[in-house]
Amino acid sequence: MELLSAPTLSHYLVLGAILFAISMGGIFLNRKNVIILLMAIELMLLAVNLNFIAFSSYLDDMAGQVFVFFILTVAAAESAIGLAILVLLFRNVGSIDVEDMGKLKG
Amino acid sequence: MTFPTFLFYAFAAILVFAALRVVTARNPVHAVLWLVLAFFTAAAHWLMLRAEFLAIVLVLVYVGAVMVLFLFVVMMLDINFDNLRKQFRSYLPVAATVGALVLIEMALTLMGSRLAVSGGGTAGPAAAGGNTRALGALVYTEYVYPFEIAAVILLVAIIAAIALTHRKRRETKYQNPGEQVKARPGDRLRILNIPSEKKPH
Repeated sequence: MELLSAPTLSHYLVLGAILFAISMGGIFLNRKNVIILLMAIELMLLAVNLNFIAFSSYLDDMAGQVFVFFILTVAAAESAIGLAILVLLFRNVGSIDVEDMGKLKG
Repeated sequence: MTFPTFLFYAFAAILVFAALRVVTARNPVHAVLWLVLAFFTAAAHWLMLRAEFLAIVLVLVYVGAVMVLFLFVVMMLDINFDNLRKQFRSYLPVAATVGALVLIEMALTLMGSRLAVSGGGTAGPAAAGGNTRALGALVYTEYVYPFEIAAVILLVAIIAAIALTHRKRRETKYQNPGEQVKARPGDRLRILNIPSEKKPH
């Protein structure tokens, strides 16, 4: 069967595309819940990293893996600050609904 | 179908299913746990792509630190999650449309481009001396400045997270070391000059 052939680069790219599309849909699906939004962003980063590593492996170039290394660093910083802001938001507003963030307008 | 091929499809199926459950789970704690499963399967994929170091880092840093942080926050905040899911069904059509659109665009790009041909075949040979050594040799020579900038970014994240969430609690009693050091004997001890009582005659 053609579809279940040995994995090639395009297999991994398609898998990354599916993951990215799922998390894209997830952002629209959970547009009220900030925690799930952050998780969907993490999932998107995972899809991108999968693409980088697949390219790095099949094109035999380590630069892709170095890039994933830096993406992981920045993503960890991003989620730490994002969760801190989320805790602060919940402390001040009492909810994590995106629609309640309109109060920031002052 | 060889065993690695079977592993690829098995892990891919688990990964896609876990990702779907992350965005549809009713309870955010379950969503975090599904995300952990997704990261584990992704790490397995990376292992098969011979990125051993990053696979281990993904499990240690992401599952061990970031996902636990997510769990802490989800469990710490006392939130009524049912309110947040009220219009879940009404968002489903537009979410499915956007997801399908992104998927179709990427599929068209992948199928129409040269990527499918040029990258074909099997993964490249393993780096001599292991993946970690090769990555380290690159990071500490060619990419040393980005590496240091990454360290600074992490420092900024630490300071920002503490500065944002730190608050002074009124009810806790704490000492001020500066005040303690500044204290002089005169602040604590008062010597009174009281005339002694006269001797009774």
